[in-house]
Amino acid sequence: MKLLIKNGHLIDPAEGQNSGMDVLIDDGKVAAWIGRNETAPADAVVFDASGCVVAPGFIDLHVHLREPGQEHKETIASGCAAAVAGGFTSVCPMPNTNPINDNAAITRYMIEQAEHAGLANVFPIGAITKESDGTELAEMGEMQAAGAVAVSDDGRPVPNAGIMRRAMEYAKDFDLPVVDHCEDKSLSSGGVMHEGRVSLLLGLKGMPALAEDLDVVRDLYLAKETGGHIHIAHISTKGAVEAVRRAKADGIRVTCEVAPHHFTLTDKAVEGYDTNTKMAPPLRSEDHREALLGAIADGTIDAIATDHAPHHADEKALEYDRAPFGITGLETGVGLSFIELVHTGLIDLVRLIELFSTNPAKIFRLAGRGTLRPGSSADVTILDPTLDWTYFNADSRSKSKNSPYDGRKFHGAAVATIVGGRIVYQR
Amino acid sequence: MEKPFSRRDFLGIRDLSAEEIIGVLNTAENFREINSREIKKVPTLRGKTVINLFFENSTRTRTSFELAAKRLSADAVNISVSSSSVTKGETLVDTALNLDAMQPDCIVVRHSSAGVPHQLAKVSKAAIVNAGDGANEHPTQALLDAMTIREHKGKIEGLEVAILGDILHSRVARSNIHLLTKLGATVRIAGPKTLVPENFRHFVGSGLAVCPHVSDAIEGADVVMILRIQKERMDSAYFPTLREYSIHYGLTNERLDLAKQDAIVLHPGPMNRGIEIASEVADSSRSLILDQVKYGVAVRMAVLYLATGGG
Repeated sequence: MKLLIKNGHLIDPAEGQNSGMDVLIDDGKVAAWIGRNETAPADAVVFDASGCVVAPGFIDLHVHLREPGQEHKETIASGCAAAVAGGFTSVCPMPNTNPINDNAAITRYMIEQAEHAGLANVFPIGAITKESDGTELAEMGEMQAAGAVAVSDDGRPVPNAGIMRRAMEYAKDFDLPVVDHCEDKSLSSGGVMHEGRVSLLLGLKGMPALAEDLDVVRDLYLAKETGGHIHIAHISTKGAVEAVRRAKADGIRVTCEVAPHHFTLTDKAVEGYDTNTKMAPPLRSEDHREALLGAIADGTIDAIATDHAPHHADEKALEYDRAPFGITGLETGVGLSFIELVHTGLIDLVRLIELFSTNPAKIFRLAGRGTLRPGSSADVTILDPTLDWTYFNADSRSKSKNSPYDGRKFHGAAVATIVGGRIVYQR
Repeated sequence: MEKPFSRRDFLGIRDLSAEEIIGVLNTAENFREINSREIKKVPTLRGKTVINLFFENSTRTRTSFELAAKRLSADAVNISVSSSSVTKGETLVDTALNLDAMQPDCIVVRHSSAGVPHQLAKVSKAAIVNAGDGANEHPTQALLDAMTIREHKGKIEGLEVAILGDILHSRVARSNIHLLTKLGATVRIAGPKTLVPENFRHFVGSGLAVCPHVSDAIEGADVVMILRIQKERMDSAYFPTLREYSIHYGLTNERLDLAKQDAIVLHPGPMNRGIEIASEVADSSRSLILDQVKYGVAVRMAVLYLATGGG
C-alpha cells in the first residue's frame, strides 16, 4: 500500500531538509520525496498534513514498559499505545523487568510482544550485569543478537568502578552504548527529593546533586580510559552537564539525554507532597533547571528521553517516603518540549527534531531510522506546533496515571504517528 | 471569643500568618484556666468526635491531645498503628478514608513520614491536625513553646532564641523557627555541622542565623532550646559517640552562663540527661520543661476548638 503525506512542511535534519515537501511511502519504507510541482502516483492513499510539520519518527531512548513481571503497571502493548499517542514511533525499554532483561530470551520476548501489539517499534536495552546486581557481566553479545541496542543497569548503577570498567571495555567489542544512570547511592540512599532549601523546608531526606556529579565524573574517566561510548541517562545537574561539556571538548565518547520533567519542573513542585513529583533523579532546584536549558540550547545535551516510569495508583497512594520513584511521560514529553523549549524561543523546530529523532537514532545506532531519506523505515511523526490541548491522566493510554501534569494545558503536539508506513495514531 | 482562624486543617506553622499564630495563642490562653479548675471540663465540643491516629509511638503528645479533647467534652478515640498500614495491605489513603467514613470531626495525625497530614487532608472530610510528621513540623509543640516563652518573657518579638542539636531531623526545630521568626524573634541554631547543614541559612527569609558553635548561639540568648539527640544518628555517622556529643554540644551550666542572666531553658522531651542536657540544668529553676508540658494541653484545646469549627 502506498501512502502520500501531502502538503506538510518536511524537516529532516539528517538530510538538511527544511521546506514544503510531500513524502511517498511504499511497503513500509520511504519511497520518495515529491516536490509541490511534481506529480504523485495516483494510487496512493493521501494523508493531508496541511499546517503540520512532517518529521522522522520520534525515538524515546528511555522508557519502562514493566513487561514481563509488572503487567499491572504497564504492558508492552499499553506502553506502545501511550508511545504512539505521544508521537513516538520507537521506544527503548530499560531492563528492570521481572525477571530482569539480562538474557536473549527476555529481549526476544519483549520484541515479540511489541510486534504482536503492532504499534511502536521496541528496541530493548539489556542489563549490564546479571540480575543488575553489579557483579557479573550479562550476555551482551547474545542480547544484541536478539535485538538489544544498548546496555544499562539503570536505577541500580554499577557501584564497583572495576566492574564498570570491564563492562565498558566488553560493550565496546559489540559497539554497544553503555547507558548510565549516574547516582552514587552512598550519598543519596534514603533520599526522596533533591537536597536543598526545599527538602529542608519539607523535612524530607535529600538526594544531593553531588551524588550524580561524582558518578558522572567517575564514568567519564572510565569512558576516556576504555574508549567506550557512555550515554548519560536523564542528566539533571549543573555539575553533570558541565562535566559532559568538558568531556565532549576533550573527545571522550559521551552522549546524554534529558527528561522533560527536569527542564520543566523544580523541587518546589514537591511542596504539596504529591507522590507524582517523586522520581530519580529528583526534580532539582531552579539553578540546575537553567543549566539544563543552557545545555539543550548549546548542544551539550543530545536527546530528550521521557524516562516513562508507570506505577499503579495504589503504589503511589503511600507516604512520600515510601512511594516508588517515577512518573509517566510518553504522552507529555513532546508537549512539554514545545512549551518550554520551542515556544520560548530557546530552540527551533529543527533542533527539536534532532533531539527527539535524529540524535537518538545515532546514539543507539538505529540504522534507517531518525531520518526520512528514501529507503529509510517509514516511521513518521506529524507535529502541529500550534495545537491547543489539555493533558488529563484519565485519558492516558498508559495503564498507569502517575503524571504530575494532569490538567496541564499545552500549545503544540504530535498529531499523528506513522510506524512502518501504517498510521497507528491520529489525534 | 474572636475568630482568629478560618482554616479547616491545622498542618503546620509554615503556612500561618503572625496574626493567625497570635490568635491561636490567645485562644489557648483563654482555655488555660480550665485546666486548673477542680472540675476540668467544659461543654464546648460536646457531640464532636476526635480521632487520635498515631502511626508513631508517643505518650506525651497523645495523652495531651486526649486530655484536651476530653476537657472540652469531645469524644476522643485513640488509634495506635504500630506497624505501618502497608504491611496490612492497606494504603495510607484507605486507612484515612475508612476512619473518615465514621464521620469524625477531627483526625489528629502523627506519622514518621513528612507530609502525611497534608496527604490525608486532601482526601478527608474531617479536619486534619498535625501532631508531628517526620522531620517536617510539630506545630502544637511550637505553640506550647511560644506560650511558655510569652508567660516568662512577656513577649516574643525581639527575643534571641538559641536552638541547639539535631536541627536536620527535628520537626520541633522547624516549627519553632517558623513561629519565632514570624513573631519577630531572632533564632540562632547550632550543633554538629552534620546535623545543622549550612543550607539552613536560607530556610526562612530572615531572622535565622546558623552559628559555628553552640557557645556562639547561646551567648546573650533569652531562651535556650535543646533538642533530643537520637542514638540512631550515631550509627549513621552523624557524630562519633554520645560521650563526645555531650562534651562538645551538651548544655551545661558553664555554657548556659553565656546566656542572659534571666535566660530560660526549654526541651521538647523526652530528655537524655547527661547527654544533650546536664541534669543540673534540667533540674534548675531556669528549666521550664514541665511548664511546656502543662501548656501543651491548653494549646491543643485551642487547636481542636478551632479545627472543629470554633474558629
